[in-house]
Amino acid sequence: MSAVTFAIIAILTLAAALAVATLQKLMHAALSFAVMFLGISAFFFLLGAEFVGLVQVFVYIGAVAVLIVFTVLLTRHDQEKTRGFNWSGVVVALAVFGGLIWAITKTKLLQSAPRPIEPITVHRIGELLMTSYVWPVLCVGVLLTAALIGALILVMEDKGQ
Amino acid sequence: MSGNAVDQIFIRAKEWLLSLLIGRVPDWAVQIASSLINIAALLGVFLTLFALISVLERKILGRIQNRYGPNRVGPFGLFQPVADGIKMLIKEDIVPARADKIVHFLAPVLIAAAAILTLGVIPYGRNMTPFVIDGGILFFFAVSSASELTVFMAGWGSNNKYSMLGAMRAIAQMISYELPLIITVLPVVMIVGSLNPDKIVDAQGTYVFGFIPHWFVFTPWGATAFLLFFVSGLVESNRTPFDVPEGESEIVAGHMTEYSGFKYATFFMAEYIGMFAVSGLAVTLFLGAWHAPLPFLEFIPSYLWFFAKLSILLFVYIWLRGTLPRTRVDQIMNFAWKFMLPMAFTCLIAAAIWHYTGRGWRGWLWSAGVIAAVYFTLSILLETKKKFAPRTYRFAE
Repeated sequence: MSAVTFAIIAILTLAAALAVATLQKLMHAALSFAVMFLGISAFFFLLGAEFVGLVQVFVYIGAVAVLIVFTVLLTRHDQEKTRGFNWSGVVVALAVFGGLIWAITKTKLLQSAPRPIEPITVHRIGELLMTSYVWPVLCVGVLLTAALIGALILVMEDKGQ
Repeated sequence: MSGNAVDQIFIRAKEWLLSLLIGRVPDWAVQIASSLINIAALLGVFLTLFALISVLERKILGRIQNRYGPNRVGPFGLFQPVADGIKMLIKEDIVPARADKIVHFLAPVLIAAAAILTLGVIPYGRNMTPFVIDGGILFFFAVSSASELTVFMAGWGSNNKYSMLGAMRAIAQMISYELPLIITVLPVVMIVGSLNPDKIVDAQGTYVFGFIPHWFVFTPWGATAFLLFFVSGLVESNRTPFDVPEGESEIVAGHMTEYSGFKYATFFMAEYIGMFAVSGLAVTLFLGAWHAPLPFLEFIPSYLWFFAKLSILLFVYIWLRGTLPRTRVDQIMNFAWKFMLPMAFTCLIAAAIWHYTGRGWRGWLWSAGVIAAVYFTLSILLETKKKFAPRTYRFAE
């Protein structure tokens, strides 16, 4: 059951990822991007990481995908222009693929049996974020506030002139 | 959990239906059947409610505007939705020649799917949560945030300037109001210590002095958060007075301009179901969900209490639509960022103060004081003398 589900989700996610890279219209590519994010969140659900899966949908589809779509809309792009085949892209892709294959084959498999995983509840994540990982959380908070203030300054009405 | 026979009648009915299957089919098929029963019940109840509310809304609006409203089809015009449905079904479905066919087709499908999914995590009665998820509240917002993308798909896929403008407006206001909507939920989550809707309902199930229900709306932070949540919900469901994205007098019908026939009906349905979902969540978070307002009224089945509270909120939605004019885009945005967001954060702080001063009358007074102080400070600060002049920008020219 789980293997079949994995295969279906994997095929859908990979197909969406391929569509992102190959579709001609930027908007279609951006929307396939959202589908890919949905596939990844499905993987998290399959692994029992409910919270991460929901946050994946929340942040990536609710915010990042909308942002990308907006950016595509607000920037200029020629739909008519056809691009030639990009050989350097093929070289880079092959190099990355080869590198990954090399890394995976070189890695030694762990011999010991995995420890039993305790279920990750939202409660436990909250506790950890507020105790062990409180400094990273605060730093992220400061960073996001800085970004927000920066965005506000960019669009602020100029009263001086 | 306790509960008398009438209260649990739907649970028993489902168990009986499943008992017919157990032993004859494998376990996973029983699980799927169980989910399907939940989905069928949800769709049945809420599509009926949609039909009912669409005719009731026109009736109430008619009453407010001193006219009759629909009264030709069936007794009191109650079969009006049937006539409307048939009309929508047999209408021609027009797709613009230069529209993006796939995106144009997918948008109404996905927007309805997202709206219906959000209904799944709300507890409708004792033991009556269709899908129990540990992070149910998070699920609700994750799915409803995806609906922004579908509105955008509708606007872009139509290849029409009114559609595009409507979609831009819709996304701008949905993103702005998602913030206060989520932050006003946080105090409740913080006080209960769980994202599970069932636990939030349980936390509101007791009575103070034996007759005042322990609903969060009866605390100062809860009352403020409830009002903010309700207004944000109103904006999220694009209802009057915040129906700028589909303002008929300005941009035809916003992102729905190029939709006709059943696709248009699907958008309409998604809008109403989104309204039910947000109201249902408001009932769950602040109004004690399916708990009775007084202890001796507990004998009335829990789901009746839920739907009674839901219909009161829906009536307020219709009442507001009949009363208030449409706001301007910049007014909506200013309201979100200058008033709603600071007040939502104040609710969070007030809830924390309420918790650390012992959740008693002292906490009640302290949190009320904090909220009042921030409210008056904001009202003084926002009282600016507006100069009317063309907008100028410092950097973004």
